[in-house]
Amino acid sequence: MRLLLPNPGLDDRIHSYEDLERMDKEEAEDRPKWDNKAQYILTCVGFCIGIGNVWRFPYLCQSHGGGAFLIPYLILLVLEGMPLLLMEFAIGQRLRKGSVGVWRAINPYLTGIGIASMLVSLLIGLYYNTLIAWIMWYLFNSFQDPLPWTQCPLNENRTGYVPECQQSSTVDYYFYRVTLNTSASITDSGGLHWPVVVCLLAAWTVIGICYIRGISTSGKAVYVTALLPYVVLAIFLIRGLTLKGAMTGVKFLFTPNVDELMNPTTWLDAGAQVFYAFSLAWGGLISFSSYNPVHNNCKQDAIILSAVTGFTSIYAATVTYTIIGFRATEKYEQCISENIRTLLNAFGVPENSITTSNYDEAFLHLNSSHPDTILGLDIKICDMHKLLSEGVEGTGLAFIVFTEAITKMPGSPAWAVLFFVMLLCLGLSTLFGNIEGVVVPLKDLGVFPKKWPQEALTGVTCVVAFIFTLLFAQHSGLYWLTLFDNFAGSVPLLSIGFFEMIAVVYIYGVDRFNEDIKFMIGHKPNIFWQASWRIISPLIILIILVFYLVTQTQQQLTYLVWDPDSEEFPTLASIPYPPWINAVIFLLAGIPSLAMPLYALCRLIFVSCKKKR
Amino acid sequence: MLEKVLFLLCLTPALAQEPCFPGSSHAYKVRISIKTALGNQAYVWNDNEMYLFRAAMAFALRSYHNGQEFNVSNIMVCNETPRVSFWFVVSSPENSSVLLKKGDVENAIRKSRNRINGAFLLTDQTLEFIDIPPTLAAPVMPVTPPWLIVFGVVMGAVGAGIIFLLVSSLVQSKRKKNKKTLDEDREDMRGIENGLGCDNLGGVYNTTFSDGDKFTPM
Repeated sequence: MRLLLPNPGLDDRIHSYEDLERMDKEEAEDRPKWDNKAQYILTCVGFCIGIGNVWRFPYLCQSHGGGAFLIPYLILLVLEGMPLLLMEFAIGQRLRKGSVGVWRAINPYLTGIGIASMLVSLLIGLYYNTLIAWIMWYLFNSFQDPLPWTQCPLNENRTGYVPECQQSSTVDYYFYRVTLNTSASITDSGGLHWPVVVCLLAAWTVIGICYIRGISTSGKAVYVTALLPYVVLAIFLIRGLTLKGAMTGVKFLFTPNVDELMNPTTWLDAGAQVFYAFSLAWGGLISFSSYNPVHNNCKQDAIILSAVTGFTSIYAATVTYTIIGFRATEKYEQCISENIRTLLNAFGVPENSITTSNYDEAFLHLNSSHPDTILGLDIKICDMHKLLSEGVEGTGLAFIVFTEAITKMPGSPAWAVLFFVMLLCLGLSTLFGNIEGVVVPLKDLGVFPKKWPQEALTGVTCVVAFIFTLLFAQHSGLYWLTLFDNFAGSVPLLSIGFFEMIAVVYIYGVDRFNEDIKFMIGHKPNIFWQASWRIISPLIILIILVFYLVTQTQQQLTYLVWDPDSEEFPTLASIPYPPWINAVIFLLAGIPSLAMPLYALCRLIFVSCKKKR
Repeated sequence: MLEKVLFLLCLTPALAQEPCFPGSSHAYKVRISIKTALGNQAYVWNDNEMYLFRAAMAFALRSYHNGQEFNVSNIMVCNETPRVSFWFVVSSPENSSVLLKKGDVENAIRKSRNRINGAFLLTDQTLEFIDIPPTLAAPVMPVTPPWLIVFGVVMGAVGAGIIFLLVSSLVQSKRKKNKKTLDEDREDMRGIENGLGCDNLGGVYNTTFSDGDKFTPM
């Protein structure tokens, strides 16, 4: 396809090859640089591997056919993730600017893409750091034995537990009431909850200090934040595999159900997950690769990063499901013991007459001889499958399922500390890329005065962001966070990714791009890359985007609330959003997605007004 | 007279057997789960253990009602099941036909619950008095919340780090400034050789090559 939109003045806006060679030889650039290649790779790995790998991928894997889900995931990783990744790496390395600078250099009308990336990075960074704050709260509270989420507070006359805790569980109560003090709906803001405010302060100061001098400080921090999760996952893998019921969980995860492959939502979810897993369209990757030397082999980097991300997702999923299998087995055995106790007490038979091994026959025998008594007893049905599928996604996984599983392991404070340190590192390393994607575009857009040092930029960004995140410190903060997660991090990213591909292939010119890559790494990318850049990847992103929009607009917007007064308590109740939420959703998802066309339009009007004068 | 004596003789055993029945307003149900509590080291429940139970109850009542001397004979047990559960009632030591109110028995048991549990090596959950809820232990709460300590450590480290980095960057920029002024001085010094400035050589200022334009422009 030789389609190329006219793009005058491109050569004046970008460095020529001679300039690049000269800058490389003399090291005359005033941009920051990586200390070594390992730092760059670790930063990118840390950016791509985030909390989502631990709590989103395993859930998707298990709910879309187990082992069979790996097929669409890996296919789309290669067809969609890798080409976009190489494109962002190569364009950053060639044009040597942050996300706004790159798109402005390609064509000033495209600056909107950079602005959209910045807005998305900002919105995602706000709620991501709130998650970090919650993780820090749990981490700070893990240094005690017994762990605080194993105990319920007592009621007034000390004969029982607080009803909210009694009906749900200690871990639920600790998360929803002690940590967050959740209100019953998003409209009920209820003021700020100070433990969350304090932890937000801690989170933003930690990020501030790690990024205070840009990549020269964050580049040192990634040695810990990118590598420690792998070590901790290994420790948990060994611990998990020795726990009872671990293999049940792993089998449940990987049992392939090939019928799911016929379901289009499986492919959609796989495509969306690949997109988010690679942190594409955030702008951070473009910035990071612009600090590389000109002749760095970015193609190799893209392939390495894709392989590492795919492997880590599967690795983290395995570890997660050993722990989930253990918890489900424990709960199942507890359920059976409860039932045995009820039967023993009701029929007055000696204690060891009904055990776990003869429970089924004993139950059948009693049910046939005394059906009325059995009905009146309220025997619970112990369903292993249900236990394995409950609460295994998102915040529910980390703060409820996992914390409960940890309390059942011997030496629980140590495991809790390890687990939350791992989540903290995963989150921090992603946040480095995030904050890079916010600070550098702001600098390029000239929002900050040029004289300010990097420390001031980081400091101001962190302080302003802290004030914004106080939104999530309210009692309704959990619901705001879910809102942001669903809308700020979905449609905008897909649309930015689509525009990026179109811009590079059809406005910058895929031929010029190929020449650039040949100049940088020595050979042109082969037919696979050509086909995916020109047709396959944009098409995949477009299909996912359209389907997403169609399904979202068809559903009525509801959300899950923790309401002790509702009938379904302790299950989360589903209530509709208030009407003003549509305006908020438009701000979150619409503004970043439309930033590119809006900016182009504004610029067009501005330029034509100037020409008229 | 003989009939009255016979009637009383028949009545007393009837009275003695009648008060303890399941669901009586004076009776409590007890459920004991020895195997759950002790596993392999469980002892067998037999009449001797039952005697110990009645003695423990008598002890509890004696401790609660100071002065009244309860005996094992005041504790009557009925409806024993293989589960090991049974009902018991307590009669007053003065008059064995009068049964103690539930409230008094409950308070006595509550007061000496730990001692009763200890006698049987059981806990509140394995030696259950139905309808007497155990007084739960308060959740363990350390004096200083540990999270505050960890938070303090982290924030202290971060604060120290920030101050260190800011100070070091200030020091570095000062050094750069000093180096710059040093270089500028060296440039100024280039015109001064042997300590003498050009101006001090005592020459005459040649206005032909001056920049000032004293002449009118063309």
